[in-house]
Amino acid sequence: MAVVTATTAGREAAAPPGDCLAANEWICGEYLRTRSQELVDATLQHVGITAASVLLGLVLAVPLALLARRGRRAAGTVLGLTTALYTVPSLAMFSLLLPLFGLSAAVVVAGLTLYSLTVLVRNVLAGLEAVPEEVREAARGMGYGPAGMLLKVELPLALPAVTAGLRITAVSAVSLTTVGAIVGHGGLGNLIYSGMKSVFRAEVLTASVICVLLAVLADLALLGLQRLLTPWTRPARPPRARRVPRRDAAAPPAKEAV
Amino acid sequence: MGVLADTWAWLATASHWTGPDGVWTRLGEHLYLTAVCLVISCALALPAGIVLGHLGRGGALAVNISNAGRAVPTFAVLVLLLMSPLGTHGQWPTVVALVLFAVPPLLTNAWTGMREVDRDAVLAARGAGMSGGQLLRQVELPLAAPMVMTGVRSAAVQVVATATLAALPGGGGLGRIITAGFARYDTPQVVAGAVLVAALALLVEGVLALAQRSADPLRRTRPTPVPSLPDNQTGR
Repeated sequence: MAVVTATTAGREAAAPPGDCLAANEWICGEYLRTRSQELVDATLQHVGITAASVLLGLVLAVPLALLARRGRRAAGTVLGLTTALYTVPSLAMFSLLLPLFGLSAAVVVAGLTLYSLTVLVRNVLAGLEAVPEEVREAARGMGYGPAGMLLKVELPLALPAVTAGLRITAVSAVSLTTVGAIVGHGGLGNLIYSGMKSVFRAEVLTASVICVLLAVLADLALLGLQRLLTPWTRPARPPRARRVPRRDAAAPPAKEAV
Repeated sequence: MGVLADTWAWLATASHWTGPDGVWTRLGEHLYLTAVCLVISCALALPAGIVLGHLGRGGALAVNISNAGRAVPTFAVLVLLLMSPLGTHGQWPTVVALVLFAVPPLLTNAWTGMREVDRDAVLAARGAGMSGGQLLRQVELPLAAPMVMTGVRSAAVQVVATATLAALPGGGGLGRIITAGFARYDTPQVVAGAVLVAALALLVEGVLALAQRSADPLRRTRPTPVPSLPDNQTGR
């Protein structure tokens, strides 16, 4: 790698003024220009791993939350297990999954999916349990069966809690993906890792900053999605607030559509 | 499964436990780092969170610091600190990183615990003529103790996890067994190291959960709670 030689201490002192790559500066426009493809590839891998794990986590969290709803004991078991998973440090988690998936992105996706269950199961459960009993009764009276009730009444009403969980999960998944560098699939973490090995400051700092930006973007995007999907949770304007005194009694749009 | 047997064989080999790269040395480093950093973090964050919560100030800081801690990758901070001027000072980059990631859960939980103290209890104490300091020590702090302990528990688990990651940029601790295994393409060693790290993390969490239960002054009057939500934890 040319960069490794260009960033060794010997070259640093002799670096011509204005050449930030040779001077191994933290912020380097030349690095952004010459390595933009590498940065884009790493960012895409990062987003892909994060998105896959959060979506997979959500798909698994709903049935687990339904299982936990069946009683105190089931809830204790499911929540206890998913909380214990969160206790395992990421480096150990990826290492434990290594024999199952080999050196692949699947190790990272599986590990992050397991982490995401901790918050997602809890929030889906909390969202479902917060559905007012009157709403359930009204839905039953309108002829909803258990499946219809879940899909068209309960899950839509649980959306604020679910999206709140998704925001936490996505932000921590973005940050944890970097540790995937240990198996060579860490998105921007790969650049941080190689920058660490070759003491390449611009590479480490740039990848770290993009990573934080990705986390903030994911948070904002999911906040936007939540606002879009759950218009009834937005604080009503003052004159309307008087007409709808209890926001938790407001009906979800999905229900009115039937 | 072959890997399981090989991992067991690795763990059962006495020579892997002794010597400068042995499990006992790495475990000692890990526990030492964890204890030192947890004490420093508590000394920094708990007084700040408790006083701010008592005064009802700094809510935005107390809440947002946890969100920020979650968004910033631990691995990136470890590497950045190592490459900063601090990097030439032995263990200091690791210590600073561990403290940085332990402070958010401590501060947020201490602040939230103080704010969630029953306002009627606070008003009654004021009516009984307690000063601000008495109120803090005799009413608010005991009632906030479970939440403060939740923070200590989150922070401890966080520190154990971050100390593991510190092995990537060459720090000590049990993570070194994992990284050394990767360097040698020795899967049984990687898995054995991971088992040890996971066991340590679960043990720390379990011991502190018991300590937390005994720190709750109202524990006899409450039903057994479901495990607390770790949503104020930062990265692993």
